[in-house]
Amino acid sequence: MSLAVRVIPCLDVDAGRVVKGVNFVDLRDAGDPVEMATVYDAEGADELTFLDITASSAARDTTYDVVSRTAEQVFIPLTVGGGVRTADDVDRLLRAGADKVGINTAAIGRPEVLSEITHRFGNQVLVLSVDARRSSEQPSGFEVTTHGGRQSVGLDAVAWVKEAVERGVGEVLLNSMDADGTKNGFDLEMIRAVRDVTQVPLVASGGAGRPEHFVEAVEAGADAVLAASVFHFGELTIGDVKNTLRAAGHDVR
Amino acid sequence: MSGPRVAVLDYGSGNLRSVVRAVERAGAEVTLTADPSVAEEATGLVVPGVGAFAACMEGLLGVGGERVVERRLIASRPVLGICVGMQVLFAEGIEHGVRSQGCGEWPGIVERLQAPIVPHMGWNTVEPGESSRMFAGIEDQRFYFVHSYGVRDWVMRSEPPFPQPAVTWTEYGPERFVSAVEHGPLWATQFHPEKSGDAGAALLRNWLDTL
Repeated sequence: MSLAVRVIPCLDVDAGRVVKGVNFVDLRDAGDPVEMATVYDAEGADELTFLDITASSAARDTTYDVVSRTAEQVFIPLTVGGGVRTADDVDRLLRAGADKVGINTAAIGRPEVLSEITHRFGNQVLVLSVDARRSSEQPSGFEVTTHGGRQSVGLDAVAWVKEAVERGVGEVLLNSMDADGTKNGFDLEMIRAVRDVTQVPLVASGGAGRPEHFVEAVEAGADAVLAASVFHFGELTIGDVKNTLRAAGHDVR
Repeated sequence: MSGPRVAVLDYGSGNLRSVVRAVERAGAEVTLTADPSVAEEATGLVVPGVGAFAACMEGLLGVGGERVVERRLIASRPVLGICVGMQVLFAEGIEHGVRSQGCGEWPGIVERLQAPIVPHMGWNTVEPGESSRMFAGIEDQRFYFVHSYGVRDWVMRSEPPFPQPAVTWTEYGPERFVSAVEHGPLWATQFHPEKSGDAGAALLRNWLDTL
């Protein structure tokens, strides 16, 4: 027995409500993040990730409320990402009840913020979230994007992860913008390329459609696997994914 | 029905709200406090902790927490340390080559884990020590770990009539480290029972049952 592969559902939260395709049958209110978190917990999710996609800073306060209400009821780790710019933002999310905080665009603009956060709160709280896609213009063949994969920032994704790990991030969430939404499987080459330079846990995201895809991602080097829509639409359950991982010889909880 | 009175020591470290809620859920009346007298008088005391050993120890000293722990143990009043709240109970911690003194309730050094991937993050199994009460009924469960440092050697023995400490171990890659200790009134876990779902709740109930 060893450390279990973590299976993580991701919820996009906008102004306190879950958005982007949710189709739970047995929920009274499909848009309530706390209620969905409770269901995923009961189904055996190993962690939960909230991605706060709220645009206005006024509406962002609802996110802290959602995080705190979730932490009151759900006793598994909770990662919150989206809109995190400073160590004070991290402090507020941790105080609300988040266990880990994801940072993305703000770190690209000012990489020093990574060490500012880890010096204050430790490495284990900080997750580098990377939205990457294939590009012949970068040495590794993968580039960092922003704005949902629409904009390139002229940065090699593998080199960026390496730098962020050196600056202290405790985990990397690697999202393939090419694979995202296709349901054709994770970008395994990208996972391998990032795994090679990463001595912290690696979470693979983007492209999951079938249970076997999760096995492939783990065998390419992912420590954890994250998906959104396949879980929300009930196409796969956490249990389906874990059974397939277990049958392939991987430890799960 | 009112459960045992438990204080969670607030010394500026970590996700305290989760600890408070999890211990409440396990059946206790919980107070979050930085007041040494409240922490001393509660039936049970939880010492949480995340982040760096040195910073946690500094925070603990700042509220007189090490004296609170000491006094409680002399009076056989239960204390539960969690994560870095367990690590600071040992004699010292070494981070980036710098040695920091801990509370020294137990001999032993908290050192960086030597594994290909650190932090050790996620749900892992435990090998409970003989006579463990902490893991009664949950020996086969997984618990949530997130840490980069741990204790590799346990050297403390008790003399009769006092019982031996029950030491629980966990393996991670090439490492084998202390994942929990039950030693008289002093219990501690390297993992986070408050984040370990139903298994964590059962563990906390096992602790409350000793109060």
